[in-house]
Amino acid sequence: MSAADTTTPAKVPPPRQAPPPAVAGAPRAKKKKRTSGAAAAPWVLLAPCLLILVLVLGYPMVRLVTLSFQKFGQSQLWGFLPPESVGFDNFEGVLSDGEFWQVVVRTILFAGGAVVFTMVVGMLIALLLQRVSGWVKTLINIVLVASWGMPIIVATTVFKWLFDSDYGVFNALLSKLPGVDMIGHNWFASGTQGLSVIMLLVVWGAVPFVVITLSAGLTQVPAELEEAARLDGAGSWGVFRHVTLPILKPIIVMLTTLSVIWDMGVFPQVFVMRGGHPEAEFQLLTTYSYDRAFVVNDYAQGSAIAVLTVLLLLGVVAVYMRQMLQIGEVE
Amino acid sequence: MSAVATSGRTSATGRKSSGPRKSKLGWNLLGLFVFLTAGFPVYWMLNTAIKPAKDAIDPDPSLLPTGFTLDNFRRALDIADFWGPVGRSLIVSLSVVVIGIVVGMLAALAISRFAFRGRKIVIVGILAVQMVPLVAMIIPVFLLLNDLHQYDKLSGLILTYLTFILPFTVWTLRGFIVNIPKELEEAAMVDGCSRTGAFIRVVFPLLAPGMVATSVYAFIQAWNEYLYALMLLSQQNQTATVWLGNFTTKHGTEYAPMMAGATMMAVPIVVLFLLVQRKMAAGLTAGAVKG
Repeated sequence: MSAADTTTPAKVPPPRQAPPPAVAGAPRAKKKKRTSGAAAAPWVLLAPCLLILVLVLGYPMVRLVTLSFQKFGQSQLWGFLPPESVGFDNFEGVLSDGEFWQVVVRTILFAGGAVVFTMVVGMLIALLLQRVSGWVKTLINIVLVASWGMPIIVATTVFKWLFDSDYGVFNALLSKLPGVDMIGHNWFASGTQGLSVIMLLVVWGAVPFVVITLSAGLTQVPAELEEAARLDGAGSWGVFRHVTLPILKPIIVMLTTLSVIWDMGVFPQVFVMRGGHPEAEFQLLTTYSYDRAFVVNDYAQGSAIAVLTVLLLLGVVAVYMRQMLQIGEVE
Repeated sequence: MSAVATSGRTSATGRKSSGPRKSKLGWNLLGLFVFLTAGFPVYWMLNTAIKPAKDAIDPDPSLLPTGFTLDNFRRALDIADFWGPVGRSLIVSLSVVVIGIVVGMLAALAISRFAFRGRKIVIVGILAVQMVPLVAMIIPVFLLLNDLHQYDKLSGLILTYLTFILPFTVWTLRGFIVNIPKELEEAAMVDGCSRTGAFIRVVFPLLAPGMVATSVYAFIQAWNEYLYALMLLSQQNQTATVWLGNFTTKHGTEYAPMMAGATMMAVPIVVLFLLVQRKMAAGLTAGAVKG
């Protein structure tokens, strides 16, 4: 949150007040030729965007943090009682709760697993696409784009149906294997199996973007480099490891970071799969925070959990930000 | 987005054609396996939607279609009002796209065509904002709309959708603008165009395909959103995604009509997605050649 926090206040003042003085002072002092009208232009263009973002994003972000330091339940929601400041009570409450730590571990395992699977499967399919005939490639691309375009809710209901205990086709197919009888097996009786199914759903939805981005990246790998490596005696793995991978590295870092952010934010898949009431062993940080706020009606502790979730993401975001900063500098 | 088309073309010209035929067969079989596996959920949705409801509850289902009926679609439309939610989803998504594109375009121009102090902070801010998980913001957003008396109003939902649509449109449009050479604009200005005139006559036509793609992507994102729609609208005002989500909460879910509902939700979106992918690639290359 702190990264977002520091940018928010910095963003707020410029569009309204900061520009005139900055314009008057800075350009005249350093760069000579710019007129004040031209220097104000970008801020005028940015103003509507920044205003909306400050209202619907900046303000709620600040509110999220302040909420996490308050007592805020139903009586505060309806205005019967003013919210009172309670310091770190919410955080202490959350952090001393054993269930919270279980949820944290579960979320990390879930998101980590989903990211690794997404990236590995995505890379394998992208490499495969380079080796198949044109018509196979077209078929795969159509399927990828179709599954990419599937609304998450639709995909979730479809997977719910595929893995239905009595009539789901997945159990029926498994039971066709010799010696296996899975008819009636409930995949959602245990959290581990249920979350594995949900992970499969997440990976299925996330792989197309990874494949298509990596495929675009792979076309940029100079064929001469691969050729040269091969002439020098490198096998397929060697070429991949020492030529392809280093060139793709920036794309891979970006995709991994985005996947981590998306997979840590998985919500509707779990929520809809469990009919709006995820059981304890299905709770991820997102549903846990939601539950605390809207089911238990403790908005403050829910906010504290959300703040902690965002803090957990910060490490990853920092890596990504560094790369993005470089992009900002290049242009 | 052009990736599909371009990568398709490069390999079609057969850079690897020197390789032995035999190995290609193996790869193709593997590719077909990927095709079948990845496509199966979509196939099964369509297959369930059109098969007679009694065949859907066969513990040993036939993998091929067993018949064709539209009964499941009729049943899906009966179970709960379908067109109301769809209409509301349309209103919300289209409004979000229009606002997101117009406002986003202005901002994208500012950060891609102007050098000014604080530009970097704005860019980083817009990127950072995309990183905040929406779910984390639901509590304060809910309270904010409550305070603004926008809870259970489509306008409130539109406003909140801008939190994720705006950073997306700004960033994507910026990418498209950056790809248009500054020299084109400068040449127009040398020839006597004003800065605005140069933008409208030179940049805008080149940008149009990118804008179409961005709009469609933004529309799809808004259309697919679930959590905010669920939390910020009451049952009577639900959108299409929540309509489908509610399908699953009923006791004794009827899967065949549910898959019919899922099909109705998904097909227009997927078709839109497929169409734009093609058009985008063509539009972009055409623009580049003309430029």
